[in-house]
Amino acid sequence: MARVYIGAVVAAGGLVVLLLGPFADIAWLTLAVLAVLHLICEASPVPISPQRHTWTAGSSVILAAVVLLGPVGAAIVGAAAAFNTRRDLHVVQRMFNGGMWALAGYCAGTVYLAAGGHAGVPASGSFPAILLPFAVAAITLDFVNYVLVIGVLWLTQAAGPSSTTFRSGVLASLVPDLGYAIFGLLMAALWRVVGPFSTVLVFVPLLVARWAVAQYVAQQEAHQATMAALCQAVETKDFYTRGHSERVSKASVMIAREIGFRPERIEAIRHAGMLHDIGKLGVPTVVLQKSGALTEEEYGAIQLHPMRGLEIVREIGFLDEALAGIMHHHERMDGRGYPLGLAGDEIPEFARVIGVADAFDSMTSTRSYRGARPVEEAVAELCKWAGAQFDPVMVDAFVAALRRERWRPPEPVTAPAGQSAAATAQDHDDPTAPLRVIPHR
Amino acid sequence: MLSTHRAEARRPSWPTMDSGQLLLISAAGMLVVAAVAQTAAAGITGMRDAVAFGALVALGELFRIALPGNRESAPIATAGALAYTLLLRVGDRPAPHSAMQVIAVTAVGMVVGALPHLAAGRPTSIDAMARRLLAVAAVALLFRPLAANAQILRHWWVALAVMTVLVAVAWLADAVIAALIRAEALRARFGVALSDELRVQAPLGAAVGASAMLIAFAAGVMGLAALALFIAPLLVTQVAFRRYAGIRVTYLQTVRALSRMTEVGGYVESGHSHRVSRLAVAVGRELGMSEPDVLELEYAALMHDIGQLSLPDPIPGGATVLVSPADQAQIAELGAEVIRKAGVLDRVAEIVRRQSEPWRGADPGPPVSSRIIRAANGFDDLVGSSTDRERAVAALERLRLDTAAEYDPGVVEALSRVAGRRSSARM
Repeated sequence: MARVYIGAVVAAGGLVVLLLGPFADIAWLTLAVLAVLHLICEASPVPISPQRHTWTAGSSVILAAVVLLGPVGAAIVGAAAAFNTRRDLHVVQRMFNGGMWALAGYCAGTVYLAAGGHAGVPASGSFPAILLPFAVAAITLDFVNYVLVIGVLWLTQAAGPSSTTFRSGVLASLVPDLGYAIFGLLMAALWRVVGPFSTVLVFVPLLVARWAVAQYVAQQEAHQATMAALCQAVETKDFYTRGHSERVSKASVMIAREIGFRPERIEAIRHAGMLHDIGKLGVPTVVLQKSGALTEEEYGAIQLHPMRGLEIVREIGFLDEALAGIMHHHERMDGRGYPLGLAGDEIPEFARVIGVADAFDSMTSTRSYRGARPVEEAVAELCKWAGAQFDPVMVDAFVAALRRERWRPPEPVTAPAGQSAAATAQDHDDPTAPLRVIPHR
Repeated sequence: MLSTHRAEARRPSWPTMDSGQLLLISAAGMLVVAAVAQTAAAGITGMRDAVAFGALVALGELFRIALPGNRESAPIATAGALAYTLLLRVGDRPAPHSAMQVIAVTAVGMVVGALPHLAAGRPTSIDAMARRLLAVAAVALLFRPLAANAQILRHWWVALAVMTVLVAVAWLADAVIAALIRAEALRARFGVALSDELRVQAPLGAAVGASAMLIAFAAGVMGLAALALFIAPLLVTQVAFRRYAGIRVTYLQTVRALSRMTEVGGYVESGHSHRVSRLAVAVGRELGMSEPDVLELEYAALMHDIGQLSLPDPIPGGATVLVSPADQAQIAELGAEVIRKAGVLDRVAEIVRRQSEPWRGADPGPPVSSRIIRAANGFDDLVGSSTDRERAVAALERLRLDTAAEYDPGVVEALSRVAGRRSSARM
């Protein structure tokens, strides 16, 4: 079925180029320049966000062709995508892209003429009258592109694209796409003055932007990796808690997504989850590894760890809301937590998210005094303490997220021989085994 | 933002301005006075163009950005001013304004755009503004006489070639001035500062130059509407650069903050990592290291003790210079292992790993960054946060005695020059 669809798109694209002429009044030099440019654009997509969305300047080139050459020219320029040399594309994908862009270019060109535009190098008096037909052409190009792509996704992915991918993918990128479309108009407008060189003048700033974005993405990944590595360094002392930060970060993000945080806040909570226990460094190892009941001073040292964490990360300017999450991740809904004893809504939202994630990972990990609990049991435990220790909203969100996304608990660890000293004998994160404290007499 | 914090720490503000900066600012000031006076006397030709381009310059100045290394830049303002300089026609009428008018319009636009920044109390680097203005002025003085003689620029490729050459020359001159100022302010070598400057400014400079020509040509076709439309590609570039510079600052901030883990954990004396990194960076510059190398050195210096986290308990006293060589090597090795896990800082990990190697005059020996960290760390272990001059002299003396076996003599000499400057600055 998918193959039939792709075949139909390719055939339609080809037919448009071959049959629907006329070819007589096409400027072949312009056509060649734009086709090569489109090919270059398609072969070098720009990553526009760390989530690996990419953007190509290809559609602006097709729109320039719409203005300069009309529907057939635009279709031929679009078809150039079939000769894309990127290695990660299958030959079927390449053919489909070529057919799709040819069809989309032809439709955009036809609409452009119908809306009152003239094919050919714009005369100096054609502004601003050209703006309306150009905008209509840009919308058409986008629309045809999306419809054809959604069609192929529907047929190739088993479940079909969900309505959220459609909303976030199509609608979110429509506005920027139309913004970038303006570059097509710029290239066409300058053609009369500097000929094909107009593409160079327009593309130099875009290439530089592309370079800067690539640098940005690389730096952001490096930042993330460095932060993770440094957080891991804190955990190396105790092999039972290895990977804890990373998993709490992951679980916090799952909850945040479920509740519907904005992307920036999801990034922030990712960092907060990663850094939440960094203050444990300020707690003497002896206290962390003590197996018996703690004295009040020792318990006090443990209760201080969120503040010590804050002390370390306070200078990281971008953390903002994450700082509150780190400081308050051991508060309880009933007000009996630490360090400040906040209750209910007084506890920052980030802290309530991290609290649930933190306890859950502790329960599903092996500890020296018990084995790892199964996920179901840990969830039951979370539900049991919802309201008293945890925010029920966060617990519900986490349960819902767990239903959709499988949780991978850490590999069970066994204490290596001879290192028995280097293990915590009790875990301050574990709600089922609270720290034992010797009260003062 | 951290960048301002850095600027305060590194670059002195008004009272102690370098002589180069003063020269630059007074040159720009005199030029502006002359330009405004002459324009006022001769009258403005093409009032609407002047207002439109002046407004663009003001807007660009308002939305200026900081490039990596805390370099102030205003791409849209520069592109607008250059476009006004390169303007040949607006729609169907010629644009015969003089070079002096270009300078006057640009200066007024810049001042108007800078006012909100001043009102908000943000630090404004006047020398950067002066530099931007002088670069535009240079192109204007060379190009406007040509523009008046339209015969030469009749063919678009001639015009394009002339514009490209002029913009490139102006950009080079700008980089040279910037490097001179920076070399003086940061005590770096001029050659190194210039290549740093060229590397950082090249991409944005190309985008600004291309956009300026784009606008100048487009104004001939579309009139002043071109300004709004054709600034779009540069706007995209500017947004991308802002994010890039932002994440670099964030990255450094994170490493700086997390380097304090060793202090909160009681492994080293409070402030040790920061003092060692500041000292190491100063020594690196003194030895003529390039900016990317200095950044790597800074990361390595900040994290040089991170290996201590992997030890079960703090080493008493924490001062690693007094610890046995075997322990030093182990801390360095563990630290490098932590950093290597990030997967992106392998060179930094290598610097940290080899910081414990004694110098012994060996060739090739440990990398220069490792040798710098070793000496800076030794110095700080002996001096700490004390500002006592005697103590610094005694510590340097001890490092010098060890140069045969432990420390690179070149590094120790650079260190003593840096330390000497610091204590004389304090007096």
